[in-house]
Amino acid sequence: MAAPTMNRPDSDMPDFEPKVQTITLAKGINMGLRAAMEADKKVLVMGEDVGKLGGVFRITDGLQKDFGEERVLDTPLAESGIIGTAVGLAMRGFRPVCEIQFDGFIFPGFDQIVSQVAKLHNRSKGSIKLPIVIRVPYGGGIGAVEHHSESPEAYFAHTAGLKVVSCSNPVDAYWMIQQAIWSDDPVLFFEPKRRYYEKAQFDPAVSPDPLWSSRQLTSGKDVTVVGYGPTVRIALDGAAAAAEEGKELEVFDLRTLSPLDLGPVYESVRKTGRLVTISEAPSNCSISSEVAARVQRECFYSLQAPVLQVNGFDTPYPMSKAEEEYLPDLDKLLHAVDRSLGY
Amino acid sequence: MPPPKKKAQRATPQVTKADVGAPDAVSQRPSPEQVIAGLRATSEGGPDLVQLLTPEGERVHHPDFDIDISPEELRGLYRDMVLVRRADREANSLQRQGQLGLWVPLLGQEAAQIGAGRAMRPQDYGFPGYREHGVAWCRGIDPVQILSMYRGTDHGGWDPQQQRFNMYTIVIGNQVLNATGYAMGQKFDGKVGPEEDAEATIAFFGDGATSQGDVHEGFVWATVYNAPVVFFCQNNQWAISEPVERQTRVPIYHRARGYGFPGIRVDGNDVLATLAVTKWAMDECRTGNGPVLIEAFTYRMDAHTTSDDPTRYRLSDELEAWKLKDPIERVRVHLVREGLADQKFFDELEAEADDRAATLRQAVRDLPNPGIDNIFDNVYAEGSPHLDAQKAEFQAYLDGFADSAHGGGH
Ligand SMILES: Cc1ncc(C[n+]2csc(CCOP(=O)(O)OP(=O)(O)O)c2C)c(N)n1
Ligand SMILES: [Mg+2]
Repeated sequence: MAAPTMNRPDSDMPDFEPKVQTITLAKGINMGLRAAMEADKKVLVMGEDVGKLGGVFRITDGLQKDFGEERVLDTPLAESGIIGTAVGLAMRGFRPVCEIQFDGFIFPGFDQIVSQVAKLHNRSKGSIKLPIVIRVPYGGGIGAVEHHSESPEAYFAHTAGLKVVSCSNPVDAYWMIQQAIWSDDPVLFFEPKRRYYEKAQFDPAVSPDPLWSSRQLTSGKDVTVVGYGPTVRIALDGAAAAAEEGKELEVFDLRTLSPLDLGPVYESVRKTGRLVTISEAPSNCSISSEVAARVQRECFYSLQAPVLQVNGFDTPYPMSKAEEEYLPDLDKLLHAVDRSLGY
Repeated sequence: MPPPKKKAQRATPQVTKADVGAPDAVSQRPSPEQVIAGLRATSEGGPDLVQLLTPEGERVHHPDFDIDISPEELRGLYRDMVLVRRADREANSLQRQGQLGLWVPLLGQEAAQIGAGRAMRPQDYGFPGYREHGVAWCRGIDPVQILSMYRGTDHGGWDPQQQRFNMYTIVIGNQVLNATGYAMGQKFDGKVGPEEDAEATIAFFGDGATSQGDVHEGFVWATVYNAPVVFFCQNNQWAISEPVERQTRVPIYHRARGYGFPGIRVDGNDVLATLAVTKWAMDECRTGNGPVLIEAFTYRMDAHTTSDDPTRYRLSDELEAWKLKDPIERVRVHLVREGLADQKFFDELEAEADDRAATLRQAVRDLPNPGIDNIFDNVYAEGSPHLDAQKAEFQAYLDGFADSAHGGGH
């Protein structure tokens, strides 16, 4: 498995050798967790219902059976407890992977995340490292009740000391979760829950990209489109639909939300002169807004149109029967592309 | 990062109790099996479990808690339980038919909820979790209002200030602090005392919730301010897949003592006992002796929600054993054996339940879908020009589909 970019520790465990196969995004994370747990005994999985049940999305399915109750912990029901004890475990040399059951339930743990997880390395002048991964199924589109469809990534990107990533496809899911685990910095790992069961061909021989990098997915000269997590699929569909109308979209998957890797996006915008961002989160103080701010600063003389954002509204996430209106979709994206081209 | 170390291969030296000098602490620490046995010690009855009606339908007496109840009132409690169970089963099948996004069944917890709900006075205020359909019924809330949230047409469903029953709270434990604050307000407003219209608050939460900081903080606040709040914990033995012993080493009602207020375990499948204990607790609170913790010992007979598959984590034996303690059946047996209800009563109730179920099925289908007003309005009490503009922009975008061939083409 020794991937070139993987800062993976030496191990006395047998290597985990996955085969070429079709996997879902959920399975990708499950396999990635398994690979990391096999590689290093200090990797722990902890959270609510992650043991026998395998998590409400079955992401940790089978892990407790194979690694035992001391490495896969069904914790008491308290997110502050999960994160707070992960801090102590990490100080003690463990690499905890915490599961937050749904996006909207991370907030009882927010204090520990922003006050301790984010700061101990800095306050200890580098002595303390907190290689904690906090996995968060996020985003909407699954017809859920309140608190189960939110996109809170910006809160964490706003906090120095935390890294924030989001995978968009099964293959990235497999590699990115491991890269996040081997990172010596705390990582918020946002999983697009409505994409959990989307499939892709996985070949372990293909090396992954570095974790802290964005990725260009299509080439085009007309409009640059930047998405991440659940909206990458929409951006790709948008590129296909636009192509039928003779418009070329250059699509990027951000992958890392903090730090942002916008170098390739700047290059693209210098070529296209136009940028549309797409994300489920409200736009107010969002990742999209940060991308827009940086692009206008770096690409000022190339811009032919203002950066346009396709986002959720600046409202609470609505009741599920109204989420279709709320969420970014193909129509909204193409509308923004047309507006951008109309300037 | 340094490579993980191999575990040292050496024999662990035998340490005796005398060596560590803490014999009792070590010897008294319970084994996991002892913890489980302790948590369930009273599930078959016993002095620590308040019970007034046995699973066999036999009326028993308790030295501290008893209740005078007329046959009519007893039939009323039975009717409540039958109707809420029927609505619950109806909602469960509506979810299966795709009419609801999710359902959270109350099956098995009817007595705990009706006992607690009927112990409330109109002036009292309740703070539910997300499973309190029985209490909601007692507060006069139409089941379709509950279903609207699970269908996804509404974020709440009823006017909490009018019903004096807050909207459901999904974030585990949050409502316990909110309830405590409300109770503090009742006290600050001079509504605690001997008067008939004195008020109390009741907060509902589960066994899993007892691990949340918010719940502990609620206990602390309530005791520091003598807040008139009853903490009503339905210990249904499970928090999704986690059994109660993942949350505690001592029975939940024992915890109250550490905070300085009374904790009582009641047979949560016994509507009479739950009613008696909750009435007492609410009166303690409204007269200035709050707070009180009640642990209603019960069982979640169905899945956690319609999204859950309990066969992955619990044995059906357990369910079978709890079926023998069914909260409704014991009242039925009692009513029949004591001649307190005739067949006509049961037949009429059955017919009423059928009628209400049919009405509910139709009402759910008739729930209007939310429009964009529901998204943008009432975000701020003082309104928001920014959101007004966002709404107008979105409305214009939608209108574009109607009159532009281009817009709809995508
Ligand atoms: C803060 C928070 N974390 C996690 C969840 C997900 N969740 C929903 S119900 C539940 C278990 C609750 O168990 P318990 O308190 O015993 O109540 P019960 O469902 O048994 O009535 C969990 C973990 C949540 N709703 N809120
Ligand atoms: Mg429970």
